[in-house]
Amino acid sequence: MSITKTTTGVVETTKTSGGFTGAAANYIDERTSISTAVKELGRKIFPDHWSFLLGEVALYSFVIILLSGTFLTFFFSASMAPVHYEGSYVPLKGVEMSAAMSSSLNISFDIRGGLLMRQVHHWAALLFVASIGLHMLRIYFTGAFRKPRELNWVIGFILFILAMAEGFTGYSLPDDLLSGNGLRIIDGMVKGIPLIGTWISFLLFGGEFPGEAIVGRLYSLHILLLPAIIIALIAMHLLFVVVHKHTQYPGAGRTNKNVVGYPVLPVYAAKAGGFFFIVFGVVMLMASLFTINPIWNYGPYDPSPVSAGTQPDWYIGFADGALRLIPPGLEFVWLDRTWSFNILIPLVSLGLFILVVLIYPFIEAWVTGDKREHHILDRPRNAPTRTAIGAAGVTFYAALWSTASSDIIATHFHVTMEGVIHACQFATIVGPFIAFFVAKRVCLALQKKDREIVLHGYESGRIVRLPGGEYIEVHQPVDEYERWKLVSYSDYKPLMIRPNDQGKITTGQRLRGGLSRWFFEDRIVPVTTTELEQSHGDHH
Amino acid sequence: MTKTNTPKPARARKSGRRSPLASVALIAIGLLFTGGAYALFSTSTASAQTDASSQQTIGEGKKLFASNCATCHGLAAAGTGSGPSLIGVGAASVDFQVGTGRMPMQMDGPQAEKKAVVFTEEQIASLAAYVASLAPGPAVPDARYLDAQGDSANGAELFRINCAMCHNVAGAGGALTQGKFAPALDGVSAQHIYEAMITGPQSMPVFNDMNISPESKRDIITYLKYLENNPSPGGYALGSLGPVSEGLFLWIFGLGAIVGLTVWITAKSN
Repeated sequence: MSITKTTTGVVETTKTSGGFTGAAANYIDERTSISTAVKELGRKIFPDHWSFLLGEVALYSFVIILLSGTFLTFFFSASMAPVHYEGSYVPLKGVEMSAAMSSSLNISFDIRGGLLMRQVHHWAALLFVASIGLHMLRIYFTGAFRKPRELNWVIGFILFILAMAEGFTGYSLPDDLLSGNGLRIIDGMVKGIPLIGTWISFLLFGGEFPGEAIVGRLYSLHILLLPAIIIALIAMHLLFVVVHKHTQYPGAGRTNKNVVGYPVLPVYAAKAGGFFFIVFGVVMLMASLFTINPIWNYGPYDPSPVSAGTQPDWYIGFADGALRLIPPGLEFVWLDRTWSFNILIPLVSLGLFILVVLIYPFIEAWVTGDKREHHILDRPRNAPTRTAIGAAGVTFYAALWSTASSDIIATHFHVTMEGVIHACQFATIVGPFIAFFVAKRVCLALQKKDREIVLHGYESGRIVRLPGGEYIEVHQPVDEYERWKLVSYSDYKPLMIRPNDQGKITTGQRLRGGLSRWFFEDRIVPVTTTELEQSHGDHH
Repeated sequence: MTKTNTPKPARARKSGRRSPLASVALIAIGLLFTGGAYALFSTSTASAQTDASSQQTIGEGKKLFASNCATCHGLAAAGTGSGPSLIGVGAASVDFQVGTGRMPMQMDGPQAEKKAVVFTEEQIASLAAYVASLAPGPAVPDARYLDAQGDSANGAELFRINCAMCHNVAGAGGALTQGKFAPALDGVSAQHIYEAMITGPQSMPVFNDMNISPESKRDIITYLKYLENNPSPGGYALGSLGPVSEGLFLWIFGLGAIVGLTVWITAKSN
């Protein structure tokens, strides 16, 4: 942001007057030719809609994480060497713990501003992943992943996964009881993989869990490798946004060939720059008023105790939920090895779920056979099947997610733990189907409503009695701006299955045809000009 | 010892919160070992060992028991189909169950829940004395273990190892099977915490003195009282429930605020 800000000054002053700024700008421009870039970027147009700022929230929280994280590295010691805590928190005085835990406690209690920075770092991390999630939902439900943006969806989704990895490695660093329990669960999942699981576990932990190596290793990943990859991918992600231009919602005057909005300089840069400080302010407010991850309560890691209410941070919750949902008795010994299907089934289904989300743009493009570029977003109702698939996916994820808090739900709503688990099992398996059906019907109904409004106008509430005695309600025609929004969407039809060069219809073709029919068999065709003309004067 | 320590029943309350109850309860312990329990095994010496006032307390307790508890626990406190036998549960158990309002039970459920206390401290003491007179059992703890002046670091470690899996590391409570739960420990008196450890009410296991010494129990109480009296250094603790309440807070209030602000920023001025 600071770069665009200085360039703002540069551009404006070169236009108006000379003086020192003019000379300085000239000096820089002659040596860097920066004016071309400023001209190009400064005139870039961004459409204005609140949902377009969600990705920015993710970017800003990442900046906050980098800043606060750097502060934390000054004082954190990534070592599992045993020490006796001698800091100022009384209920841990003299307790043996790792240097990592001891230094985290010192950051919390004995370093000025340390606790605030820890809480800023952690709240910003939760916000980072949450805003990526919300941003992804916006992209999905508006169809912004369609050509030419499929690759950017993939990059964005990998960023989401990397953000979770960053979160998990960071969560494990303080070496407190909670994080140790989390690592133990990961260790269990790794060991549940047949043949190679135990080997991988020993490789990761440098011997039997917990060993003395894991914190140092996670620290390297957390502050070096993962952030570097994330920064590189963010750069690519943003570069693609500039190359593709921003999408926009349908509306009067907005076409596939233009972008209606504000230029980066001066409007958008000022707004975005200000918005960074707003996000920073919200994170600061949360960090100063609300405790997050009170490691002093959890105490040092010790393999024997597990606290009630041990959960991962929210973004790993869906995986924890999957482990809680799986019914018992799926473990058996075969070929002299233990096959833990109570671990393998969740692992494989989550892996498949992640894979499907990752490649969804390609699946949809294949099914629709659509090779056009799309810069106008879909209103979710105008893509009923996609919206319904999304609703099913969200329901599946949400059911797994809420299962991770089954014990808290049980105590706080006074229900039995078993009841909560069974309800969640039902919601995970049947819920997506119900959500799919309901969402699709709602979309189709809304489309019908739109069609009705375009053809017959709004109900005005004015009842008129005709000379013949008949009563009619007068309908008010919809204005042209509104109509644009209601009729401009692309109509898809199920694909025709055609034989290939050898005159054969392949199984792939059949599958594609079937999926395409499933996608588009229920559809509401957009209102055509002819229909509109025919309906003219029919406003009652 | 019993005779020299006998207080007047209507002794004025001292400033200490639990001292009247504790002293009455001490009588009960004394009676239990020297009089009541002995009486059960050796009727010949019973009348000689127990004195009139404690006999009177036990008598009152018996009456209270017959009218309030016997429906489920039986007239002889030997238990019925709807309630367990109370022979040998001791004064500590009565003081905990009745003193926290769990007994008399309001209704059948997964477990008896804490509610408003029905009896006065004297009545509870009488009931405790009566039940203690039936058979030896854990007594109401000595006040020196309840002062919360022990080693909180040792207490915290013992708490994490022995208690946190049900009660949560910060004593915020947790779920058990079949609708049962381990209650939150915030606001529970030192005496009731101690009694719960030695009697193991409901689903809780017994932590006897061989398992956790009275001094260690004092340390655990010290830690819990430390948590109760020192608010979280990081700000409002969100119920000390861990990542679930943090995540919920972030999604509703954190992200909610952010989305509200994005709408504000992109709103068109009129």
